[in-house]
Amino acid sequence: MADGDNNVPHPAFPLEVPEFKCGAMADLSPFVAAPEHNEALGFPGELVDDWKEKAIAYMGELAKKNRAFQVYLDICVKCGACTDKCHYFLGTGDPKNMPVARQDLLRSVYRRYYTFAGKYFPWLVGARDLTEEVLHEWYSYYHQCSECRRCSVFCPYGIDTAEITMAARDILDHIGYGMKYSNEIIGKVHKVGNNLGLPAKALAATLEDLEEDIEDETGVSVRIPLDEKGADILLVTPSADFFAEPHIDGLLGYAKVFHEAGVSWTISSYASEAANFGMFIGSYEQMREVSLRIRKAAQDLGVKRIIFGECGHAWRVAYSFLNTLAGPFDFLDQNYPIPQHILEFTWDEIQKGTLKFDKSKNDAYKMTYHDSCNVARASRMGDEPGGQFEIPRNVIKAVCNYYYEMPEETTREATLCCGGGGGLLTDDLMDLRIKGASPRMTALQQVTEDHGVTHMAAICAICKTQFSKVMPKYGYDMDSIVSVHQLVSNAIILTGQETEQDDAPKGAKAEE
Amino acid sequence: MLGTIYALLFYVATLLLVVGLGLRIWKYTRTPAPLKIPTTPAPTTRSGVVLRMFLEVVFFQSLFKSNKWIWVLGWTFHMSMWLVLLRHFRYFQQDVWWIIDMVQPFGMYAGFGMLIGLTGLLARRFLVNRVRYISAPSDYLMLALLLGIVVTGLSMRWVAHTDIVMVKEYMTGLLRFRIGELPGDINLLAHLFMVLLLMLIFPVSKLLHAPGVFFSPSRNQVDNPREKRHLAPWAAKLEK
Repeated sequence: MADGDNNVPHPAFPLEVPEFKCGAMADLSPFVAAPEHNEALGFPGELVDDWKEKAIAYMGELAKKNRAFQVYLDICVKCGACTDKCHYFLGTGDPKNMPVARQDLLRSVYRRYYTFAGKYFPWLVGARDLTEEVLHEWYSYYHQCSECRRCSVFCPYGIDTAEITMAARDILDHIGYGMKYSNEIIGKVHKVGNNLGLPAKALAATLEDLEEDIEDETGVSVRIPLDEKGADILLVTPSADFFAEPHIDGLLGYAKVFHEAGVSWTISSYASEAANFGMFIGSYEQMREVSLRIRKAAQDLGVKRIIFGECGHAWRVAYSFLNTLAGPFDFLDQNYPIPQHILEFTWDEIQKGTLKFDKSKNDAYKMTYHDSCNVARASRMGDEPGGQFEIPRNVIKAVCNYYYEMPEETTREATLCCGGGGGLLTDDLMDLRIKGASPRMTALQQVTEDHGVTHMAAICAICKTQFSKVMPKYGYDMDSIVSVHQLVSNAIILTGQETEQDDAPKGAKAEE
Repeated sequence: MLGTIYALLFYVATLLLVVGLGLRIWKYTRTPAPLKIPTTPAPTTRSGVVLRMFLEVVFFQSLFKSNKWIWVLGWTFHMSMWLVLLRHFRYFQQDVWWIIDMVQPFGMYAGFGMLIGLTGLLARRFLVNRVRYISAPSDYLMLALLLGIVVTGLSMRWVAHTDIVMVKEYMTGLLRFRIGELPGDINLLAHLFMVLLLMLIFPVSKLLHAPGVFFSPSRNQVDNPREKRHLAPWAAKLEK
């Protein structure tokens, strides 16, 4: 099925446990950040001389500031429940990619310096000194975790490796050993307002082009407003939606839904980014600063509501953290969830009957749905727990005739990461990304065999980019990954739109 | 003589256990969780969280989802342990509570449940290479210690009885700071010594999972971040 590339693992079923390949991924490290990337975020430019003392001291500080870190370091009993749950372990066979083993890289050092047993009986409890070797091991393996929280679901104490990874990256940043990809991107957000470094002018031109595209396609003028004061809704969406495929088609979907719902909305050039890589590097302060841009944009534009586009970790930051980081949002309309997800909005409109669809437009798509990790395990949609699983599926089923589920052990709260999350979506980690995608790809191949599934929908910019890159390695076209709102966009019939079908009466609904 | 040594050891061990555990729990109580991080889907109400926690600590819900072998062994061990612990109350009470009397017939056999669970868990540590990889010497020794306690306990009940009346007098005496005499039975002395050791390492080891699970933010937080603003004290200072 695949292209014969030796790098691509072929498990018999999605969660097949591989043989150990000790040290298989030890040499893989992402590019180190340049001094200016680190300094732009207030971190030391290069590895400081007294890095060892600084790292140990900062570790202790984090344990005082974050109960999760403290408790998770203390209470792991090494039961092994998590050992076969990480997609990177399943894909690489490297035992240090087992969640508990990854945690132990740091836990062993914590024990050495902060626990009675580790201070006096290090050999007994597996405690070890912080050496240069350990430091590089941290850098390597804490950048082989996508912070997806799958291990946390299966841990009897809910120990979340993501919390340990975030702390480790925060420690590394504080001693001047930052990672290029994430730190450079956060710098761009501070400077320009989005991950791509797309300035306001270019953004405006892009959005105008997209408006023309919609008009050419449908004959209806649908607006994609930018920086419009007094609009009701501020849309904050990942900047990939502005220019990358398949993301753009999702943006067109949002625009059409807003148009049909008859609401006024705008994008902000100042906060033209939903993504918040501050989370990936485990920095509360960075995450807060990025979040405050959204608050400021909302205040400056005088909007009443904030809606987030399709982006996984951004929705985690928005749903779970935004109120903490940039709240209280007492200046917004309290009758709506703050913030709201675009799928919550679209699903509401579908239930109200405002949107008209021709589902057959999506008949070429035999769909399945990939739950993005941060949406699935770190957030919610709607009023009920689990709404984050149901609402996207409801919307897909409302606009598609063919929908099939992937194996149960790989969806919903047990979903598998795409392999590129958590700040790993960089070409220098491509080997890891391909291997880490294998459990998900195997699950997809199963529904392709069983039901002829051709396409997979996702609501995360990272998932979309990652899959369009790695799916060809597994025998799929790069456009087999689609936005949920791309499907909405395909099927929606705009008021006044010319339809090809003869039986569809033209202008059945009067133009507004 | 033996009675005095064990008495002193028990007082010291109890003090260290209570103080050590108390300090740790105090630390967990005082350390803020800066962000809302419940593993979702999560309960949206406080009572929902109580239910979630109940299912975790009584039925090991997450472990059940994860691995049936670890679950059946771990659950059997822990639940048997509770029965055995309850049964042991009778050695510290003059008038035994009715609930302890009720537990007695089950508690006598629960020791075998502990034995089976612990043996299975220890076997996993040796036999499953993933678990072997993550095990430190202390992980094996902890199981060995518990097994030692169980085996000596079981042998006193089923093989060579100790003078249990004398033991009870000694224990109830200790509670009133009256130091009596212990039977010089090697099974008993080994049993008690290993229990002492367990008490000592409890607050400085992974046994902290017992109180710790209740402080795990991914399990004990309410999923209501949009409705209610969550702010850690140190984070509030950033806003000034």
